[in-house]
Order: sequence, then structure tokens, then C-alpha cells
Amino acid sequence: MGLVTQWQRIKASPINQRRWSQFRANKRGYWSLWLFLALFLLSLVAELIANDEPLLIHYQDRWMSPLMNAYSELDFGGDFDIPADYRDPYIVDLIEAEGRLYWAPVRFSYDTINFELTEPAPSPPTSVNWLGTDDQGRDVFARLIYGFRISVLFALVLATSSSVIGVAAGAMQGYFGGRIDLLGQRFIEVWSGMPQMFLLIILSSLVQPNFWWLLGILLLFSWMALVDVVRAEFLRGRNLEYVKAARALGLGDVAIMARHILPNAMIATVTFLPFIFIGGLTALTALDYLGFGLPPGSPSLGEMVAQGKNNLQAPWLGLTAFFSMSGILVLLVFIGEAARDAFDPRKRM
Amino acid sequence: MSALLEINDLRVRFGDGDEVVKGVNLALNSGEVLALVGESGSGKSVTALSVLSLLEHSAKVEGDIRLDGEAILNQPKEIMRALRGDKVAMVFQEPLTSLNPLHTVEKQIAEILFVHRGLARKQARERVLELLELVGIPEPEKRLGAYPHELSGGQRQRVMIAMALANEPKLLIADEPTTALDVTIQRQILDLLRELQQRLDMAMLLITHDLNVVRHYADRVAVMRHGELLEEQTCQQLFANPQHPYTQELLDAEPKRGELPDMQPQTILTADEVKVWFPIKQGILQRTVDHIKAVDGVSLSLNQGETLGIVGESGSGKSTLAQALLRLIDSEGEIHFEEQPLHSYNSNQMRRMRQQLQIVFQDPFSSLSPRMSVFEIIAEGLRLHSELNEDELVERVNQALVDVGLSADLAHRYPHEFSGGQRQRISLARALVLKPKLLVLDEPTSALDRSVQSQLLELLLELQQKYNLSYLFISHDLSVVRALSHRVMVMQHGVVVEQGDTEQLFAAPQQEYTRRLLQAALI
Repeated sequence: MGLVTQWQRIKASPINQRRWSQFRANKRGYWSLWLFLALFLLSLVAELIANDEPLLIHYQDRWMSPLMNAYSELDFGGDFDIPADYRDPYIVDLIEAEGRLYWAPVRFSYDTINFELTEPAPSPPTSVNWLGTDDQGRDVFARLIYGFRISVLFALVLATSSSVIGVAAGAMQGYFGGRIDLLGQRFIEVWSGMPQMFLLIILSSLVQPNFWWLLGILLLFSWMALVDVVRAEFLRGRNLEYVKAARALGLGDVAIMARHILPNAMIATVTFLPFIFIGGLTALTALDYLGFGLPPGSPSLGEMVAQGKNNLQAPWLGLTAFFSMSGILVLLVFIGEAARDAFDPRKRM
Repeated sequence: MSALLEINDLRVRFGDGDEVVKGVNLALNSGEVLALVGESGSGKSVTALSVLSLLEHSAKVEGDIRLDGEAILNQPKEIMRALRGDKVAMVFQEPLTSLNPLHTVEKQIAEILFVHRGLARKQARERVLELLELVGIPEPEKRLGAYPHELSGGQRQRVMIAMALANEPKLLIADEPTTALDVTIQRQILDLLRELQQRLDMAMLLITHDLNVVRHYADRVAVMRHGELLEEQTCQQLFANPQHPYTQELLDAEPKRGELPDMQPQTILTADEVKVWFPIKQGILQRTVDHIKAVDGVSLSLNQGETLGIVGESGSGKSTLAQALLRLIDSEGEIHFEEQPLHSYNSNQMRRMRQQLQIVFQDPFSSLSPRMSVFEIIAEGLRLHSELNEDELVERVNQALVDVGLSADLAHRYPHEFSGGQRQRISLARALVLKPKLLVLDEPTSALDRSVQSQLLELLLELQQKYNLSYLFISHDLSVVRALSHRVMVMQHGVVVEQGDTEQLFAAPQQEYTRRLLQAALI
């Protein structure tokens, strides 16, 4: 059976349709989902929104795309064989003499320094820099879009992988009980007693942290959030009569866990998910804020918070970071609430 | 003389819903036992609770309720609080949950005395001892400091009664006081209530669904259905000459033994010396010091098309035995199913056998996964044991639903949209769709109303005839077992006390325990 027909079957099932309509019944969560998805999709194409290179160049009857290819100055009739710098008025004049440049709405990338500032950086919002610039003269709005993207992607991967690990660990402990449960619980108690932030800082000072290193380091501790609720659900679930009935039908352990007990644990998981997501997002922000996070120069909300703290005379830095963080948080919580409603079979339309 | 309790035109509704009690009129004299009979949802408990204004806030109660000529409906909280536990007392259904697990027996009973009489601690203790003695708790001094979990179900209910009687109420409301108890205990508690009611000259409002209880303990009977009072009669008249067709129906719903399907000569299941022992471990090294012998050496055999009834009180090991026979829990001893040694099978081999051995559980509310549709529930076993395509699956599931008397277009509903009886039919369909040869029925009718119960029993007989099924029928309800079983096995403390042909065993029980059980069942 192809994937498409499988999807059609899932969509056509009256139960899933009812879940979807229950999700839609929660107006707040429904609109939050669309708003969040729209913001996320927009941030995925951040290069088309905020870029210091033109998106398209029409030059000598040829279409060129600096996003795809790197062009040399020589291609536009310049003097040296170096990459074209489109912020150089000389190059822009050369191109506009025989063609046209099509710019992104914001003519800064996250690492573009605006050398044309009329006052020392950080400079307040103007029509050029919509949310002002930071203390190195980089555009705050551009850094916000790129920072949002990297934070959300990071949190998404972190939340997904820690849920998978956490649910699996909790399910094993709860379902099999006995020695597995005992050892697992003691390990978690010891592991969660570790001073997490210090370990994170030590680990990230040992290696040059990048996206994946940070993900792995944070994952070491974040998977424990779900274990307890899932384990409790499985402990309760394995003695339910319909689980006994499933065993009497001849189902294997994995099938019983996945089909009969896991759905009960899903409400807890789905309700926790936005918070794990938020947790991952704020953990990354905190590390960035302390300077142990992503490599220097990366766009990040945490770095923006740090700048806001260091430059209290420039409130646009702190306010931007604050409002964007709380906005994401609120949207995610609303979505989580609606998802919980959708999976609740007792909820009547 | 005017009645002690008068209820005139009582109407109750919850929120904006329909009325659940629609204009009930009742009167109760002192020294009289009035039984309020009806199936679940008939409004009998709501009627009783509104006497003490114990309904939740969303309830809107209209009408007139008078106690000793004084209006007590919709009175201020203070007046009602002074009334509760003093002039009017109540005994609830579930003795485990209606006692506070964190307080001792003495504290719970004395609290009522403190509140209503302001007795000193010493006086209160004397009165508590007196009450415990009155309700027949042995060695009451030793029981004063006991917590509810240290008492048996029957003793807990006795403590509840002692609490209710603490202030010598004029009216005692007993809401299904024995439903959660074993038959022999049930008998003792009812005898006690009746005796105390006569000695203290109380009026008693007895709410029950069990007509046998009514027949033995009530003076007058009121029958309710859908919130309406259908009939009110003295007890004798009602049983001799019921006026309303519904009352007739209720009386007829008592399970009766009909024609049982013929059984085949070939044996399908044999068990030899089956034992289920749970070890009791003690000390740091967790050495096994003793065993709880849940099932202790039970042997049985079952023919094709036969029904073997297993009866016994709770804790007698009958459910444990059934689960051991299906290898759902570990056991010792030999189990053969159609010549195949089940006891030596590993879990993989056993899984393949499960198609032929199915079980239906007691509680229709917890035996169906609330997150799966009826179709998914029934089809699950089929997907596992057969290679049917999706259309064939739908066909088989629909057939199973029709077999158990449900409509096929209910397949996409969730279990919570069904009543108890319907859910039990779904459980039955889940087992039957696999076309098993042996079906274990673990108290399948205990959670159901009488009329629903008899429909289910008829269905079981019909299915046995149609598919030549063998049943292992477990129940504490002797009348149900009698209606369905070819042979009966009586269990106590994990061993078989007596077994034999159903009619013979009921007519002439050989063992003392069986005799006591039969007597207590009020058949």
C-alpha cells in the first residue's frame, strides 16, 4: 500500500476527523497553530526576507541568482577576481548600468554590519533598521528572523528526540516493572541529581559547540521529563482489564504497549510536549546568553538577551528578545491545549 | 397519624437537562421499611439524596418534603446539617470509599457524637463501644483503634451502620447497602439492619435493585422507572399481584433455567492439580517464608458445548483459576486443551492458541479500550490471527456485531457512547469474532441490571447453540449460574468444595459451605 493511500485512509477515518474537528473547536489553539506554522514557514525562507545579497540580478539580458551561485566581480565588469560585494556602491552602479537588482525586503543578513549608521551602534529603530541595530551594528530584525529559525528547529529536534527516548524508557519501566523499573528509577534519581547547568557549561567548554553538539548535550538531561508520567501511566495500564483482554487475544508485548497503553500516555505526552519544546528553547537561549552556546556570530535569541542586558540604554534589544520569546511560548501553550482536547475521547463536541 | 416522611410532587433536574425525577409522591411511617426498587438510572438514589439535600449544586429540586410535618426541602445549610446524622442518617453502597481511610474507627464514629451531642471524649468512647457491640463487631475494644483497611468488607459496612445509628435517627436511608458485599455477608448485614430497625423503631428507606432482598426485608415497595413512580404496594401484594406491566417485567427478569443446549461427548479442556501460589517474602534477603494459596490443586474437565459454572465468594480463587487456565498468570499443574499440553507452551506457542480460548471480563466499563472505536476493538484479534483483507475484516466484524444483537453501523462509535449491557455485548463480540471453542465468562453479568442480565443470558445460550461453544462461567450470583450451567463447581479458599450436576447440587447440597451459600442467596 502506497503512502498516499495510507494517508487517505488516516484522513478518512471518522475518528481522526473527529479529533481534527475537536482541535478546530478550540479556536485559540487553532489560530495559534496557523500563526505559528506561518511564522515558522516564513523563517524557513529567511534568506528571501532578509539578505544583504540581491535575490535576483538582471544583467546583460541574463538572469543571475546570487543565492544559488557565487559571482566574481569580473562577471559584472569589475577589476579583481574576488566575490562580488553587492553592498559596494561601485559594484551596484556597474550592474545597474546594464541591468537591474531585485532586493529582499530587508537588505541585511544576520551578520551584515551596517556601516552607514549616522550614530554609534547600537542605534535605535529607523526606516532602514526596523528594530534598530545591536552593539556591532547588525540589523536586529534580520537577526531575530534567523535566530527564531535556529531556536525553533533546535527545540523541535530536541523535543522530538527527548520524547521518543523518554516515552520508550518510561514505557519499559512501567510495563515490565520489577528489576527493570527499580534500576531505571534509581538511575534517573542519580542522573537528575547532577548539577545540569554546570555540566552543560563544562561539556560545552571542552568541545567547540555547534548545533548538533549542543543538541546531544541537552538531550542527556531533557529526556527525563516524560519518564515519570509515562511510567505511571504504564504501571496503571498494565493491570487494566482491556490490557488483559488484549493479552488474552494473543497480542505481543510491543503491540499491547503501543496500541493499548501508549494512547493513554499520549495525553500526558502531548500536554508536556509544548513545555519540553519551551524548555529546549530556553535552555539554548540560556547557554547562548552565558556565552557557552552556538559559535560566536550565530544569530540567537540568547545572544540578543545578553546584548539587551549589556546595553540597557538601547531597550529595543531587550524588548525584542522578550516579546519574541513570550510570543512563541504563548502560541505553543495554546496549541498544546487544543491538541490535548483533540485526543480526549470523553470530550463531547 | 401523619407519616414521618412525606414526599410530595418531587421534581429534580440537573442543569438544563431533562427531569430525572418527575413528580414522585411517597410517604413513610415510623417503624416501617419502604423499599425503593428500580434499575440504574431510574432516579431512586436521586430521590433519596434529595431528602437530605445531598445532591450536587447543579441539581434543581422542586416539590415538598416534610419530616415530622416540617418542611425540609431547600432549607438553609445550617438546618440541613443539624438534621443529617441526627434525625436522618444514611448508609452508602461502597463501604471502602465511604469511610475515611486515614481515621480510626473510634474517631469516625465519635465525630458524629461530638458534632450533634457535644459529648466529652470519655462518654463518646463508651457510646462508640456500645454501638460497635450493637452492630455485632466482635471484641469492640480492640477494634476502636483499627483503620478501615484492617477491616473486612462486612465489618466496614457494620461500622457505617454504627455511624448512622449513633444518634438514634428516626429515619435511616440505606442506599444499596449490600451490593458490594458477598452473599453470605449480605445476608448478615440485612438481618442486622432489619433487627435494629425493629428494636429502635426506626423508619427505613431501603434502595435496592435486588427483588430477593425486597421480598425478605421490606414492608412496602415502591417501583420506579425513568424518574416516575409506577406502583406502590405492600410487599406481599406486589409479589402476588403486580399491577404495572413493568413490575411484572422486573419479576420475570429473575433468571430462570431454560433449555440448555446439548453437550458433546468429547472433552475439550482438562486441568489437573492446578496451583497458583503467590510467595510471601520477608527480611532483607527476601526469602520466601510462606505462600498465599490462591488456587490450590484444582482439577476439572469440560466437554464441547458444555457450561461449567464456578461459584464462590470473593477471594475464593475462581477468577485466578480462570486466568491460570488461559495461561494469563503462571501456575503449576497440567492443562490440556484438545490434547495439546498448554502448560508446557512458551509464550509464542501460547499466542497462537489464543484464538481458540477467549475470555470476557466482568466490568464492561474497563474492559474496552476507551481510545479505540468498536471496529478497531473487534478487528484487533482478527488482524493478528488471520490474513483477511480490509473488506473481509469489515464483513466479519459486522457479522460479530449482528451475532451479539447490535447494529453493524455502530462500528465507528467509541465505547463510552454505549450502555453497560451494550458494552458487554461488544466484549462478547471481540471474543466471538475469533470463533473460539472455549469462552471463559468472568462475572459477565454482575455489573448489569436484572433485565439486561437476562437478555445477555439468553444471548449466551443462543450463541452456545449456534457455535457449539464451551463456557466456563464464573459468578458469585447463584441464580445466574443455575440458569446457564450444566455442571457447577463450588470454590472456597482456593479449593473445590463440591461439584456436580446443577440441579442435583442446588436441590441437595452435600457440603455445609454450599448449603450456607444457597441459603444466603435468598433463592
